[in-house]
Amino acid sequence: MSEETKKPAGKKKLELDPRLAEYRGIWVFIEHERGTLHTVSWELLGEGRKLADKLGVPLAGVVMGEPGEDTRRFCQEAFYHGADHCYLMEDPLLKDYRNQPFTKGMTDLVNAYKPEILLLGATTLGRDLAGSVATTLKTGLTADCTELNIDVEIRSLLATRPTFGGSLLCTIQTLNYRPQMATVRPRVMAMPKRDTTRSGDITEHKLSMIESDIITKVLEFIPDQNTNKINLEYADIIVSGGKGLKKQENFQLIWELAKVLGAEVGATRPLVQSGWVEAGRQVGQTGKTVRPKLYIAAGISGAIQHRVGMDASDVIVAINNDPNAPIFDFATYGIVGNAMTILPALTEAFRRELANRRAEAVAV
Amino acid sequence: MLHIVVCIKQVPDSAQIRVHPVTNTIMRQGVPAIINPYDLYALEEALRIKDKFGGFVTVITMGPPQAENALRKALSFGADDAILVTDRAFAGADTLATSFALASAIRQIEKNMPVDMIFCGKQTIDGDTAQVGPGIAKRLNLELLTYISSITSVSAGKKEIVVQRRSEGGVQVLKTRLPCLVTMLEGSNEMRFATMPNMIRAARTTVKRWDRIAAGIEDVTKIGLKGSPTVVSKVFAPSPKTVKAEIVQTESNEPQDLVGSLLMRMFTKFPHVREELEKSATV
Ligand SMILES: Cc1cc2nc3c(=O)[nH]c(=O)nc-3n(C[C@H](O)[C@H](O)[C@H](O)COP(=O)(O)OP(=O)(O)OC[C@H]3O[C@@H](n4cnc5c(N)ncnc54)[C@H](O)[C@@H]3O)c2cc1C
Ligand SMILES: Nc1ncnc2c1ncn2[C@@H]1O[C@H](COP(=O)(O)O)[C@@H](O)[C@H]1O
Repeated sequence: MSEETKKPAGKKKLELDPRLAEYRGIWVFIEHERGTLHTVSWELLGEGRKLADKLGVPLAGVVMGEPGEDTRRFCQEAFYHGADHCYLMEDPLLKDYRNQPFTKGMTDLVNAYKPEILLLGATTLGRDLAGSVATTLKTGLTADCTELNIDVEIRSLLATRPTFGGSLLCTIQTLNYRPQMATVRPRVMAMPKRDTTRSGDITEHKLSMIESDIITKVLEFIPDQNTNKINLEYADIIVSGGKGLKKQENFQLIWELAKVLGAEVGATRPLVQSGWVEAGRQVGQTGKTVRPKLYIAAGISGAIQHRVGMDASDVIVAINNDPNAPIFDFATYGIVGNAMTILPALTEAFRRELANRRAEAVAV
Repeated sequence: MLHIVVCIKQVPDSAQIRVHPVTNTIMRQGVPAIINPYDLYALEEALRIKDKFGGFVTVITMGPPQAENALRKALSFGADDAILVTDRAFAGADTLATSFALASAIRQIEKNMPVDMIFCGKQTIDGDTAQVGPGIAKRLNLELLTYISSITSVSAGKKEIVVQRRSEGGVQVLKTRLPCLVTMLEGSNEMRFATMPNMIRAARTTVKRWDRIAAGIEDVTKIGLKGSPTVVSKVFAPSPKTVKAEIVQTESNEPQDLVGSLLMRMFTKFPHVREELEKSATV
């Protein structure tokens, strides 16, 4: 995308091509792999629900996979999370994710049932599929959105994403093409409430392909080992460190606090680049987006590229020795001071506080 | 011999981009242009395959005339041929229009020498979409292999390739047929240094310049702004939060007192944080 060469188009009054006016409704791709559902799907349904209500159209989930209990269960869960309807494509060929059958399946579904908006998670799977489907359908796709809205008058999706290294945001529209497609990062949208009283109906559609049509074969799947899995995106408590920690040894203070809190550990990009922590722990625009209940940031300036990854946290505690650090502009609580003395004090205080609580609980 | 095309893009070094605090415009003066860092993994992987099996590496970019520098750099690393696809008509292209132009140019390349593999980066640091690779693959009807962390084997004779692909919960080992398009994951290899002979060769090689016609594009409605379904309707600065942090202070401002005060305030105002901590704490 080259936003740079484009003049903002402004709001155009647009007559939609009559063939495109048939496209109605909002779809969310329900992503799952090997029996595990990616929660970004529910986040998208939550957001999709709002958009669908604005447009006054139904919200549908698209579930593709091998026949079995999982796909039915995911449809059910999609209803609980806000979908009115599910499109279900079951075929043994859809056991593992492969670009060719999933692209074919999704394009066939779109061509048959014509949604006006199609949303996918900006995961490795979602981006692979979205890029292929958009090109096959010759329609617009906006990647990695952080905000979605609707211009109801012209039924146009307003997809907002960071641009220029995160310093600016831009809103992108797909005017005279349907469906309008967007991918959204995990954890950017809030998780909707699960409501088990909701239900919906399922439309089944066949994948018109046989194995010999598919060129790529899956030889093996090597699951990540649980021990080295970093679950930053879905952590409820995160302790993060930045360059203000000065030396790699001092990063140990972050680990110690995290251990007491049962928290995940995060970091800013400079620390990842200097090899203090693994890349999977980077929070921010080019790292993970997180929304924990508590985010403790020590020695972090709060640059915009870091902020976009964490400012949806419920409570942000910032420790920085510079009272003018930008992080104090958006943190919930700030302590102006030296991270190397505050962190150990904090670890100790939490340890004591939580031990007391436990003791009280036992006494009762 | 394998013919590999590597798609690279020249991008502004975004680490050095600044936004004008008042006008919200990008200050690009003096910002150096670099090869998109992700594309270097693609180029290096292509060069490794060439070293191992024998091959010919063509680098291609679509961009303004100065993007030639990126191609020359790629030649100095060891690429054999370089093509700059440049035309005013390409201006304003989004990913759909970009993949159309690049796919069309690659078809022209193919007229001289069949292409076995196309390599792209995982994504660019300015566009950041990761869509151009899949776009080219679909337009050329090639097998698409994204987020590849390693190429396990290439059988030039059987035209088969085995790769490891990063997926959400693990690694997929995939086997497919050539020709295919691969997007390489970051950290999959390390770019070699330019050698003296390659630097000399790079300085002497003429970078081919293709305009729209040379790239085989007749229909101008498929490229540039016209060929782009997406339009940017607004560019703006993130809204500053209006509520600033509550700064914790005590009489002594000693660490123990400060953190004590913090915990008290936080647990009073946000009891759910305390509950969360009690659930996960290890003490
Ligand atoms: C395209 C692009 C993408 C990027 N993506 C990301 C990203 O995903 N994530 C990310 O984090 N960054 C990203 N960055 C980098 C980002 O712009 C900042 O450079 C980075 O976040 C700053 O990290 P920092 O806060 O650790 O370091 P600094 O900005 O150097 O801040 C260190 C802070 O520590 C404070 N300090 C110093 N000494 C002490 C002490 N003793 N006690 C307490 N505080 C102290 C200082 O006052 C300062 O505020 C990106 C940049 C670009 C251009
Ligand atoms: N203008 C371009 N010229 C050549 N290759 C490009 C261009 N734009 C994107 N690419 C390739 O497509 C990949 C993904 O780009 P993007 O979709 O912009 O994130 C890049 O890593 C490049 O390999």
